[in-house]
Amino acid sequence: MRRAIRQYVQVAPYLTLGVLLTAVFVLYPLVKGIYISFYEYKVLAPELSLFVGFDNYVRAIQDPKVLIALRNTVLFALVTVPGQWLLGVIVAMMVNMRTIRFKLFFRFVYYLPVISSWIVVSYLFKFLFSDSASGMVNYLLVDLIPVLPAPVNWLQNTWTANIVVWLVSIWKGIGWVMIMYLAALQSVPKSLYEAASIDGAKGVRTFLHITLPLMKPMTTYVLINLIIGSFQAFIQVFLITEGGPMDSTHLLSTYMFRHAFQFFDFGYASAISVMMGLMIFVLTYSQQRTFGKDRIEY
Amino acid sequence: MAKWSTWVVHTLLVLGIFVVIGPFVYMVLTSLTTDNFSLPSPTKLMHAEKTLVNYSDAWSKNNFSRYFLNSMFVSSVTMVLSLSLAASTAYAFARFQFPAKEFLFKLFLFTMFVPAILNIIPQFTVIQAVNLVDTYPGLILLYIGSGVVGSTFFLRGFFERIPVELEESIVMDGGSRWTMFYTIYIPLSLPAIGTLGIFAFSGTWDEFIVALTIIKTEVNRTLPIALQLFRGQYATYYGLFFAASIIALLPILIIFTVFQKHFVNPNVTEGGVKG
Repeated sequence: MRRAIRQYVQVAPYLTLGVLLTAVFVLYPLVKGIYISFYEYKVLAPELSLFVGFDNYVRAIQDPKVLIALRNTVLFALVTVPGQWLLGVIVAMMVNMRTIRFKLFFRFVYYLPVISSWIVVSYLFKFLFSDSASGMVNYLLVDLIPVLPAPVNWLQNTWTANIVVWLVSIWKGIGWVMIMYLAALQSVPKSLYEAASIDGAKGVRTFLHITLPLMKPMTTYVLINLIIGSFQAFIQVFLITEGGPMDSTHLLSTYMFRHAFQFFDFGYASAISVMMGLMIFVLTYSQQRTFGKDRIEY
Repeated sequence: MAKWSTWVVHTLLVLGIFVVIGPFVYMVLTSLTTDNFSLPSPTKLMHAEKTLVNYSDAWSKNNFSRYFLNSMFVSSVTMVLSLSLAASTAYAFARFQFPAKEFLFKLFLFTMFVPAILNIIPQFTVIQAVNLVDTYPGLILLYIGSGVVGSTFFLRGFFERIPVELEESIVMDGGSRWTMFYTIYIPLSLPAIGTLGIFAFSGTWDEFIVALTIIKTEVNRTLPIALQLFRGQYATYYGLFFAASIIALLPILIIFTVFQKHFVNPNVTEGGVKG
C-alpha cells in the first residue's frame, strides 16, 4: 500500500494532467452522452430536462430517415473501406517495386490528397461534379470521352450523389494506406524475397504467399482505422450533398449533427450517437484486445 | 519480361497521377481566371488570361487574413501544448510502475475506438458548463483533451524502445526522473515528436466540426469555417473561392514537403518511413 502511494507520488507530475483532461473531455462525455440520450434535453437550461426513458431510442428506430442514414453509413463503409485499402495496397506495391524510379515523387504525389483539407477537397469535388455542362466531370464523360449520352445531374439523385461522396472519400484515403504499407514493406528483409525467388516464386505468388502474410498486423491496423474513419465521415456529406436530395444521402453522423445543432434536439441526437457507438464497438470488438500490442517485427 | 512489366507499372502510376492531381490542376487553373460567374468551361480554363488578382482579393476580403492568423494561433498553441502533454503522459506510461497502469492504458485505448464525432454533443455541454463556449481557451482545451490519448499511444512506443541502460549515467550523477526525461527521452525521440507535432498542427488547421460548434463570434472563426462562409457569400466567384482555398492549403503543403523525409511510423519497428 505504501509502495503504491509512493509510486503514484512519483508518476503524478507526468500523469495527472493527461489523465484529467482525458477524463473530462473524452471519458466523461462518453457517459454523459448516454445520460443525455435518456432525456428530452434542454440545452439552455439542462436542469429542466425531462427524463423520457427509452423514448428517444424508440423514436430513432421508427424514424425512416434513420434507416436511410444507417443504410448510407453501412454502404459507405462497404464501398470506401475496401476501395481505399485495395487501391492503396496496389499503389504501395507498385511504388515499392525494385525497378520503379522516382519513388519519392510518386509517394509525395499520391499522398497529396491526404494532407489536403477536407473542406477544400469537398467543395472541389462538388464543383467538379457540378450539374451543368460546364461541370468538369460531365465535360470529360460526355464531350471528351463520350461514355455518357448526356450530362448527369450528379448531386440531384440519391445514388449518383452517393457515388460522388464515395469517390472523394476513396480518392482522399488511398495515399494514407499507401504510406502505411510502404513503411511496413521497407522493413521486410530482402533475404526473404531472395529465398522466395530461389524457390521459384514470382510476382503475384510472392505477393500472395510472402508479402501479404507478413503485412498482417499492418493490415489489421489499417482496416480498423479505415472502419472507424468511415463511421467518422461527416464533412464530405455535410458540404457536398448536405444530406440531399430530400435527406436521402445523410450519414448517421450528419443526421445526428443536424438534430443536435440545427434542431437542438440533443436527446434524440445522442440516442443516435449511442447506437452508432454500439455498432462500432461490436464491429471492432475482436480487435480491441490485441490492438496496439502486436508491432510488426521480422 | 521484367522490362515490360516495369513499363506497365510506370504507365499505371503516371495514369494514377492524373486522377490524383487532376482536381488540383482544375482548382489552380480556376483560381487564375476571373469573371467566373458560372463554373468556367474547360475551353475557358485553357485559353483565358491568367492572373493572380484573385489571390490578393481573397486575402484582403471579408477578414480572410484575420481568419488565417486565427488558425495560425490556435494551431500553434494546440500543437505546443499537445506535444508537452503527450510527451509527459507517454513517459509516465513507458517508464513508471504504478498500480492499475495497464488498466488505465486499456481504458485510454478503448476511447480510440469511439469516433470523435459521437462525443461532440456532450463535449459541447462540458465546455458550456465551464462557460468557455465561443472562446479560444475552450476550443484549444477541447482539441488538446481529445487528442491526448492518440498521441500518448504514439509516443509511448518510441519511449519504450529507448534502452533503459541509458538512464544509468543519469542515476550515477544523481539526476532525477525529470533529468532523464529531458536529457534522454526527449532528444532521442525528436523525429517521433516532430512527426506528431506536424500531425497535431495540420489536424487542428483543418478541423471543422468542433470549431463550428464552439466558436460563434465571426471575427474569431478559424480558416475552415471562414472558407465555408466565403463560399456562402461569394457563391459564384469560383476563382476567388479557389484562390482562398489554395491559400488555406499552402501552409500544410509546405510543412509536409519540407519534412516528408523525416516522418516516422509508429507501427513499424525498424526505422519507419525512410526517405
